Amino acid sequence: MSAYIEPMVGRYVHVDIDGELHRIYFEESGAGLPLVCLHTAGSDGRQWRHLLADEELTGKFRIIAFDMPWHGKSNPPASWGGEEYRLTTARYTQTVRAFCGALGLEKPIVMGCSIGGRIVLNLAIDHAAEFRALIGLEAADFQAPWYDTSWLHRPDVHGGEVCAALVSGLIAPQSPEGSRRETLWAYMQSGPGVFKGDLYFYRVDGDLRGRVEGIDTRACPLYLLTGEYDFSCTPDDTLRTAAAIPGARVTIMEQLGHFPMSENPERFRRYIAPVLAEILRQSISTKQGEHV
Amino acid sequence: MSALQGNACLKPMTPAPDATDAALIAAFAGIPKLLDQAPALIFRGRFLDCECRLGPTDHPFQASIRGGRMIELTPASGLMRSWRFSYRASLVAWAEYWKPAPRPGWHDLLALTKREQAILEGDLQPFMAHLQYFKDVLAPRLHHARMAS
Repeated sequence: MSAYIEPMVGRYVHVDIDGELHRIYFEESGAGLPLVCLHTAGSDGRQWRHLLADEELTGKFRIIAFDMPWHGKSNPPASWGGEEYRLTTARYTQTVRAFCGALGLEKPIVMGCSIGGRIVLNLAIDHAAEFRALIGLEAADFQAPWYDTSWLHRPDVHGGEVCAALVSGLIAPQSPEGSRRETLWAYMQSGPGVFKGDLYFYRVDGDLRGRVEGIDTRACPLYLLTGEYDFSCTPDDTLRTAAAIPGARVTIMEQLGHFPMSENPERFRRYIAPVLAEILRQSISTKQGEHV
Repeated sequence: MSALQGNACLKPMTPAPDATDAALIAAFAGIPKLLDQAPALIFRGRFLDCECRLGPTDHPFQASIRGGRMIELTPASGLMRSWRFSYRASLVAWAEYWKPAPRPGWHDLLALTKREQAILEGDLQPFMAHLQYFKDVLAPRLHHARMAS
């Protein structure tokens, strides 16, 4: 056999979220510090495929990307009767913590993008001690809405087409055409109303203004990285958020937009590899300190 | 620059040196022909029949689209034609949007509305139902890049 087979392996784990078992699809690769990756609204864990196939990083980290319920290969739960899907802050937080618990991950690093970046901030506010480090990509405590989300789910506009077309502008013009199309393809495949339901968390329920000031980065380091071409969560949104959090580390990523890990994986690697290396160094020095 | 005067909705900007009315009109005039050379784009608009206004804020064009083709594009002033939606932007916005690598925040039709350099109004259903189509039709740099790829 001579064909290249990528190193990540996909499996399903049954996770109790708020009293109901959910069949969650995840892919993982590597060994070392657990690093859990959260996808953007209306997409799925495929956004992280380049990180999962990165041999240098998977030599040091156990990288795990899961599909949120209703997304990718994680179906809605058996109890779902067709009601409108709406993600809430509480539900999202429960889901991430329950997934990490189900896999028995010890103080994982969590890296999330967009809504994943927002929930990372909430994890930092309420559950910092459970995590080794938190990384928010395209993250802010709040950002100004720029379209009516009712366009995302209505019978006279194709949901997949409009979701992809809306977010297409969030990709940097310099990003490779193939990666741009792949990033948008996931949006075209999303279930009806799922992107809109995720944005309920982002726009309505998950406003963290006035709460991020309580984040203690000594309990859990926090890194925020935002692409300069992201006009949804702008660099100014991230810088404003970070200014309220003592110790938060900020990077503005040039020639990247709202989907750094999938729209231009090579360029994103230049920014995220040093962050992960720093977390690894801190983890090693902390461990050595414990043995002194 | 007359196009930016007297419009309270737009943030005042200093137009780029090449953002002249003549250059902009010439660029818009070329859009129907560029579209004719992009069969994949016409295919995406194959169910679209629409009258709309596109172009500079103060002197937009009336675009007649039938089956995804732009069969007429003419200055709209004085014609008293009906239209379903209008997307108008400042001259400086069009000049920046049409660059191969626009500055951040100037690189998308809806980035321009967010920064109040463009106005989207009317019945938005045909625009939203064909959002990527309109983004691509109005971005000649994308026609060239995608036709070449």
